[in-house]
Amino acid sequence: MTVTVQCVPTVAEAARAVAHDRSARYFGGGTLLMRAVNEGADNLGILVRTTDPDLKRITSSGPTVTLGAGVTMREVLADPALAFLHPVARTIGGPALQAQATVGGNLFAPHPYGDMAAALLALDAEAACAGGPSRPLADLLRDTGATGSQVVRSVSFTRPEAGTFRFRKVTRVRPTGAPVLALAASIPVVAGRISGARIAWSAMAPRPLRAAETERALEGCRLDAAGIVGALAAAARGLDPPDDALASGWYRAEVAPVHLRRLLLEDGED
Amino acid sequence: MARKPLQFRLNGAEKAVFVEDGANLLDVLRRGVGDLTAKRGCAQGGCGACTVLIDGVPGLSCLTLAETVEGRSVATAGGLPGDGSHPLQEAFMAHFAAQCGFCTPGMLMAATALLESTPHPDRNQVVHALSGNICRCTGYEPIIAAVLDVAGEGGGGRS
Repeated sequence: MTVTVQCVPTVAEAARAVAHDRSARYFGGGTLLMRAVNEGADNLGILVRTTDPDLKRITSSGPTVTLGAGVTMREVLADPALAFLHPVARTIGGPALQAQATVGGNLFAPHPYGDMAAALLALDAEAACAGGPSRPLADLLRDTGATGSQVVRSVSFTRPEAGTFRFRKVTRVRPTGAPVLALAASIPVVAGRISGARIAWSAMAPRPLRAAETERALEGCRLDAAGIVGALAAAARGLDPPDDALASGWYRAEVAPVHLRRLLLEDGED
Repeated sequence: MARKPLQFRLNGAEKAVFVEDGANLLDVLRRGVGDLTAKRGCAQGGCGACTVLIDGVPGLSCLTLAETVEGRSVATAGGLPGDGSHPLQEAFMAHFAAQCGFCTPGMLMAATALLESTPHPDRNQVVHALSGNICRCTGYEPIIAAVLDVAGEGGGGRS
């Protein structure tokens, strides 16, 4: 199929153009769609891109952080106020890819990618889509296929308390290879007990997702070896990790508790 | 197929070409303006052989929609001295940092970007800067040593 590129000035117009034609796809940083174009994918008719400056906006100084969907990993790394996300952005490809890969694109990256999406899930982010209200990112990822049928304008979340956000990525090739698995966590501790923990996986399912059973198992527990036993037992429960060239689903399920333990007990905030 | 006009600066020289809709920058460089230094390795963004600098920032030309460089500056290894007299080129030769040479243009551009932003990187910074560039010949150590040598950070002699 011949590809046509359409450039529009606003994200709202981009969303309308995508909705208008089933063969149209929203074009962000290009790290996913250009691969398909280079392969000669026959399901691409129109690539819709926009120069809307709103997509590049970062609001990071206050308690609520908002990242435009077009913000790149490089731009995340350049913002000291986003230091808690630097360990995530730093491992998403090399510097050249980081200059192109966007926050919005990562939400719809196919398995095994989606490390930033997992981090945003652990931060309980909300996604603002063009032409619609904000909604929890977890709902958006659950309801939207990997191809993405909506145009995300931005994601917002509450800045995590110091020391509560953690991220761990397991790769075959360090420092920036594709993940065997990745996990992100927000672990608030109140009066010595975990309260309201959020854990998210990527590469442990077709899409990044919250680990609800693990979160329940952590509630009210101490953040020590004895306190997390139940959470480790629940780490891969109910998940059916995919097989790929990096690891089998069986292997992913087997090592998930190991890396969850390391995240909880050994890793601190970067 | 629709064709669009595209103007950009390549290694300081103005270029004007017509590009097909959906064309990537790598194809425009190689077929459109005849700069063959950026290599087509995987065309998937995985190997880094096509790395160029776009407004001084490293970018994967195979994943860059050509029309997005309208009015911008693109630098390739073709802009380095043809006699190999650039310090990075000399260091690569001194350290035997190239064997088949396919990855070398991308490595040179990734290293150029690093040294322009961080003139005296440590080893970890060099490793990270080159982490998107694959070399199947050298085992990376000679390349890392060459970049550290240029940075004056103890790349050592010939490896």
